[in-house]
Amino acid sequence: MVDAAILSDVGKWLAATSLSHTIQTTGWIIPALQTIHILCVAVLFSSTILVDLRIWRLLQRDVPLPDVGRRFLPLIWPVVLVLLVTGSLLTIGEPRRSLLNTSFYIKMALLAFALVLTGLLQWSLSSPEFWDKDRGRRIAGRLAATASILAWSGIIFAGRFIAYTQAG
Amino acid sequence: MQPFADIISFLENSSIADAVRENDLLFPVIESIHVLFICLVVGSILVVDLRLLGFASTRWPVSRVTRAVLPLTWGAFVVAVASGGLMFISNATKYLGNGFFIAKMVLIAVAGLNMVVFHFIGARDLPKWENDSRLPLPARLAGGLSILLWVAVVACGRWIGFTMQPG
Repeated sequence: MVDAAILSDVGKWLAATSLSHTIQTTGWIIPALQTIHILCVAVLFSSTILVDLRIWRLLQRDVPLPDVGRRFLPLIWPVVLVLLVTGSLLTIGEPRRSLLNTSFYIKMALLAFALVLTGLLQWSLSSPEFWDKDRGRRIAGRLAATASILAWSGIIFAGRFIAYTQAG
Repeated sequence: MQPFADIISFLENSSIADAVRENDLLFPVIESIHVLFICLVVGSILVVDLRLLGFASTRWPVSRVTRAVLPLTWGAFVVAVASGGLMFISNATKYLGNGFFIAKMVLIAVAGLNMVVFHFIGARDLPKWENDSRLPLPARLAGGLSILLWVAVVACGRWIGFTMQPG
């Protein structure tokens, strides 16, 4: 674990940059960044959940699973880039809000897990019957889909909780 | 407007509203649920809107796209309204005095109206063109308008948080 004092210094240094100053002192920038951030989360979360629900056979049963995956999963990667940019700008604008905040680190850990899982799901869907070979595979597929829904939901919860668990 | 004021004060003084207001954990949990389900509402509607505009899912007929995502949209909308309602009653008078809250409600109503108008007028001859990649102007208008309205709904929602006087 990184020393809290180092994080605090990094936060102070970031807060002193002119970019941070601009974000802090221009009232509309933070809500605007948060709005873009949430809209991107909407695209990403809806896309992955449509694939997860298809794996569970709850939606789009008449469309082959690989087709659903091809429609919704590739687009999440550019969206993740926009999320990283807006998220970084929000962190630069209010460094202490995130860097000294447990919710922020839970969110980042869940994000790393969710990105790997989504990448693996996308790869698995390139072979047509991957999750349908036998009973074991079908159960594994549903477990992966459930893990994906829970991870992305956890990210949204942790993201909102950043506002409530700030240090002093 | 006395009956309306009575309803508002009844809701605001209910024990549920009191719990949401006073409990440290309840409000953030309800707010997180609200954000999560709003994301599903907006994201799934966007799938339909992009199809109407001819930007995505163009190999699928319109009705197949709506059948695929609208169950998710409606389910999520119910939870978003319920969680939003709980936040609203916890501080109803202050929300009603917030311009962004009023704007958000009006925009959601207009988005619903846009959907109804498209369903009953724009989509009357849907089977004739729903397989086309480029759809008739009313369909494209409905899709484009819907995107603008929902983006504005999310923006207003976020701005409520920055303009509400602390409870």
